[in-house]
Amino acid sequence: MYKILKKEVLAENIYSMVVEAPRVAKHCEPGQFIIAKVDETAERIPLTICDYDRAAGTIRIVFMPIGASTLKMKDLQEGDAFEDFVGPLGRPSDLIEEPIEELKNKKILFIAGGVGTAPVYPQVKWLHEHGVEADAIIGAKTKDLVILEKEFKEVCNLYVTTDDGSYGRTGMVTKCLEDLVKEGKHYDHCVAIGPMIMMKFVCKLTKELGIPTIVSMNPIMVDGTGMCGACRVMVGDEVKFACVDGPEFDGHLIDFDQAMQRQAMYRTEEGRAKLAFLEGETHHGGCGHCGGDK
Amino acid sequence: MADVLKRVPVREQDPAVRAHNFDEVCLGYNKEEAMEEASRCLHCKNAKCVQGCPVSINIPDFVAAVKEGEFEKAYQVIGQSSALPAVCGRVCPQENQCEGKCIRGIKGEPVSIGKLERFVADWAKENGIKPETAKVKNGKKVAVIGAGPAGLTCAGDLAKLGYEVKIFEALHKAGGVLAYGIPEFRLPKSKVVDAEVENVKSLGVEIETNVIIGKSITVDELLTEEGYDAVFIGSGAGLPMFMGIPGETANGVMSANEFLTRNNLMKAYLDEYDTPIRKGQKVAVVGGGNVAMDAARTALRLGAEVHVIYRRSEAELPARAEEVHHAKEEGIIFDLLTNPKEILVDENGWVKGIRCIRMELGEPDASGRRRPVEVPGSVFDIDVDTVIMSLGTSPNPLISSTTYGLDVNKRKCIIADEETGKTTKDGVYAGGDAVTGAATVILAMGAGKAAAKGIHEYLSNK
Repeated sequence: MYKILKKEVLAENIYSMVVEAPRVAKHCEPGQFIIAKVDETAERIPLTICDYDRAAGTIRIVFMPIGASTLKMKDLQEGDAFEDFVGPLGRPSDLIEEPIEELKNKKILFIAGGVGTAPVYPQVKWLHEHGVEADAIIGAKTKDLVILEKEFKEVCNLYVTTDDGSYGRTGMVTKCLEDLVKEGKHYDHCVAIGPMIMMKFVCKLTKELGIPTIVSMNPIMVDGTGMCGACRVMVGDEVKFACVDGPEFDGHLIDFDQAMQRQAMYRTEEGRAKLAFLEGETHHGGCGHCGGDK
Repeated sequence: MADVLKRVPVREQDPAVRAHNFDEVCLGYNKEEAMEEASRCLHCKNAKCVQGCPVSINIPDFVAAVKEGEFEKAYQVIGQSSALPAVCGRVCPQENQCEGKCIRGIKGEPVSIGKLERFVADWAKENGIKPETAKVKNGKKVAVIGAGPAGLTCAGDLAKLGYEVKIFEALHKAGGVLAYGIPEFRLPKSKVVDAEVENVKSLGVEIETNVIIGKSITVDELLTEEGYDAVFIGSGAGLPMFMGIPGETANGVMSANEFLTRNNLMKAYLDEYDTPIRKGQKVAVVGGGNVAMDAARTALRLGAEVHVIYRRSEAELPARAEEVHHAKEEGIIFDLLTNPKEILVDENGWVKGIRCIRMELGEPDASGRRRPVEVPGSVFDIDVDTVIMSLGTSPNPLISSTTYGLDVNKRKCIIADEETGKTTKDGVYAGGDAVTGAATVILAMGAGKAAAKGIHEYLSNK
């Protein structure tokens, strides 16, 4: 069992948990993910690591409940435990493989959107700890949904932007990047992590601006070790498995439209499980999928 | 008096009924049936059946014990050679192994060795009989990677020899392909697989789930930091293959591994589990192996019309004859000498059909089987909403790429000696699909057994 040592609500419907997982904490690197499973009947949920403490043997995860299993997950309290918690999975970020001197000569920009802010954090922190100061943009719909601002400020030069202008700059992350470039900023490398639609438009823009861009894909997955092939992603004209070849890929080669389509594959089935979870015994059909009408 | 040339028939669930449930197809023998079938054994001195068994079970002895009604004795005889009799009695291709060599089979039908083994194992479980454990521990530690057939067998054998054994399993549940791959209706999970895993544990074997060797910890760290004297790698087959045809990343196309894992390991067929699965109205399963049959019969039970698409003819189907027979009985449609060219996709990115071409058999190829060649101008479409690719797997590089000095061959399989399981790295042994590529449960068990012997010799001389 993998005990939850700390639970926080970062924003409406965004949760943070620090979980005891010494094997994962000992070996994980920025960019990698874990798979968590609440109990016997829950799904295996892949989540990119938000932070880790090797000495304490802990992993921090941040998630937004959307299906039955993540709803169960948010109901766990400090002192409760995950039945399963496995990792680290996937390849570490390429950045940490590069010679530090080369990284210091590069101007690196991180673009984080919504709950995708979490997986950006360990990369920015890692660079900071190795003496590389990067820029980061955190984008959120509104002020209340900006997460991890304090943590980011300690390790990088941060810009916050909100869609409604309620905090920081106004507009989406793409506008913020455009504005920064107009203000004279120059970037050699970009890492963008967030909702698929955000990554798509960031990549469209960085391609025009000529900034190489890495994205982190979070497709449907079952085992996370290469066994099922559910996480197939088109990268250029090649089919890649996000779990073993990724999760980070060259964003300019990703077919985002297809990736978004694939993400919706189990939507109706997941919706059915979610309704059954929310309504419990009171769910007597009507969703059109569960057969409860029969 | 029954005809000694004929087997005692085994009871099965009616095809029309079982096509709609996940209960076990074969119901097995009862005591009387087992004893009668056992009496057909000629008890050959130079028993060919034993030679046909990859783990060399003393078949004449256990069958003789069954004949006398001494089922516990029969269980311990099997236990000397096999850690998983309830599994093997169900999924071994006996027709090519023990039963294929049975002298009874020359004139009549061979003795139903598999069904007898299954009976003995099930009887032992019902009567709470456990395998015999080691009397003394020898103080040496062995790490086993993967809780599938190879790993469980290797671990069980080493524990019986007095080793302290720990199995590291990547998934959240032990069993490997027995848990994620082979369906409930062929191999019941809680009744058979979990019980066999418990038996291995009762020998003193510890199992740690959720550890991915090469990620959570490396083989080298097991040997140094965690103090293991030897390591056995039985990590299984690996990454599913796809055809590389247009439309393959469309929604509704998946590997048999994904489909079966969702249903078997993650229990998507049970309402109380959160796991979603694509059930499909009309499903095409591409491939002709045992995994393809499992996927097809699972899709059928979830309510679909199922087509198995295979490029050669029925004679070349790699699946066991019994599985093909069962699949046909249940109503699976076989589109043989047919090969997919393209998956047809609708405007929303979902599968709407599969474009195929007719094939005919030409000259024999390297495998000795007649090579299928396309019949010109014979392209046709089948309307399907789901396509399950069951084309085999390629080795997972997770362990080989993170273990210093562990060599792989051209096909990326770990190089290991067949007799001892010894790899190119000192103290590291391997067996099963990680070495051979996708094969059978019993061959993996045979390799696990050979490696246990190899490890024992290595550590005895160290």
